[in-house]
Amino acid sequence: MIRYVAVRAAQALGVLWIVATATFGMLRLLPGGPFDREKALPPEIVRNVEARYGLDQPLAQQYASYLGGVLRGDLGPSYKYLGRDVSDVIAESLPVSLQLGAAALALALAGGVSVGLVSGMRRGRALDRGLVMLSLLGVSVPSFVLGAALILGVALYLDWLPGGLWESPAHVLLPALTLAALPLATIAQLTRASVIEVAQRDFVRTARAKGVPERVVRRRHVLRNALLASITYFGPLLAMLLTGSFVVEKIFAVPGMGRFFVTAVTNRDYPLVLGVTLVYAALVVVANLIVDLLYAWLDPRIRVRGESE
Amino acid sequence: MSPAGWVGVFLVAALALVAVAGDRLAGQSFDRQDIARALEGPGSDHWMGTDALGRDVFARTAQGARVSLLVAVGSTALALGLGVAYGGIAGLAGPRWDGPMMRAVDVLYALPDVLVIVLLSEALNATLGVVPDLYRRLAALVLALGGVGWVGIARLVRGLVLQAREELWVEAARSVGAGPARLLGRHILPNIAGPILAAAALRVPAAVLAESTVSFIGLGIQPPFASWGVLAADGFAAMRSHPYLIAFPSLAIFATLLSFHLLGEGLRERLERAG
Repeated sequence: MIRYVAVRAAQALGVLWIVATATFGMLRLLPGGPFDREKALPPEIVRNVEARYGLDQPLAQQYASYLGGVLRGDLGPSYKYLGRDVSDVIAESLPVSLQLGAAALALALAGGVSVGLVSGMRRGRALDRGLVMLSLLGVSVPSFVLGAALILGVALYLDWLPGGLWESPAHVLLPALTLAALPLATIAQLTRASVIEVAQRDFVRTARAKGVPERVVRRRHVLRNALLASITYFGPLLAMLLTGSFVVEKIFAVPGMGRFFVTAVTNRDYPLVLGVTLVYAALVVVANLIVDLLYAWLDPRIRVRGESE
Repeated sequence: MSPAGWVGVFLVAALALVAVAGDRLAGQSFDRQDIARALEGPGSDHWMGTDALGRDVFARTAQGARVSLLVAVGSTALALGLGVAYGGIAGLAGPRWDGPMMRAVDVLYALPDVLVIVLLSEALNATLGVVPDLYRRLAALVLALGGVGWVGIARLVRGLVLQAREELWVEAARSVGAGPARLLGRHILPNIAGPILAAAALRVPAAVLAESTVSFIGLGIQPPFASWGVLAADGFAAMRSHPYLIAFPSLAIFATLLSFHLLGEGLRERLERAG
């Protein structure tokens, strides 16, 4: 197990290094520098500015100091918000995004797994058909459509909940619901499929043949194994939440990282864009690492296969 | 195919018709302005109403169908080509190449779609010097969507090729001297085409969703072109006073995603029953 952990952790670090190198490459390749103005600046000022940001040094040295900065948690100065570092902007906006993401994650996991279990256990019944149809609708509604509908209906028309900004716990509800809808429906579909798949396995038939009561077969054998599979959704789920956060934070005016990313791209504030990208990549890589380790811990077969690789 | 699958086929066909003949069905062009009749609600002349410049919302939504579907289908075709080539090579090349090739794919697969699409299309937009200005962002977006979509297909193809290469008929073909290219193109691919095409059919709604999302946040399709995402973003700004402006493009996206999902599911079920 220790070897497996070490190998996976080293791989995760390697991935982060590749992403950091790619972001550095893009930062230097993209045209439209930070100091492009309508009117060209005098060359001596351009030289001063470049010296200030270290752009006059050889590329290898720039790369080394960029990587060193990333290791120290310093992602460089923002081109747009003068005098502010990318790390400051992220430190301010990341907690907001994490709160929203955690609320949506809880909703999506709890809702999706229970809908999938109920539906899979009652395969073919009216309840199952209804839930299948509902999750099909769920994966067909883009978050900006659902968000707009919720703002119009719940916030403006009924006036039950605030339809924007980030001030009290009540402000979390509508954006979290909007963000959770798509992953909830996806998880419900996947959980249903894995319940149905597990129910056809040999060990379930054996348990039934031994005379184990149906209730115990379902809880001990089917449910447990189906839940084990649901751990693997965690990685894609996180990616889905991050994608959704760009839209949800924009339409609900939530001051999170997704919204900063969108404005940074529009402003061509590349250090901010790539700093945020790096944080996203780190989140995803760490989440996937945790999932792999958790899965290996719960399922010895994976552990053995992973070590022999 | 199941009844739901046929509903999907019918809806996709209807959608294609609207995309092709939108202007004629609306009786006017999508960019004809009539300021005197701006922001008119749905009525007999403009049955989806008019926007802030007096343009017909139905004609605009039909034009959006053209752009959205073109981008989605084009990027899916690209993803299919890239995915089949990459996955096929990884599957046939043996573990020494297969391992590193799939690791690279895993990294791309883990990152959020929209993030990669935005970064790729920014980079492509900056470097696609050969494409005329007007079409550059459009081309960059298609390439970026394709550049994200191929990953899932490559994984699927690689798995199917790994399975197929153990089969006797592949062994037989190899023993009579078929090289890797012939083995893949003539023998393996035709046999695993079904599930690959079903997966590609499900890529189309994913591309529609990704494109409309990126366009909605203002980083995708740019004027003079308008996709459903752009129309929805315009409508969102005026949502309180003129809800129909966001309602119609939203309905169009919803109906499209639903019909492609029904179609894709129908295809998959049919394959499962056959296989």
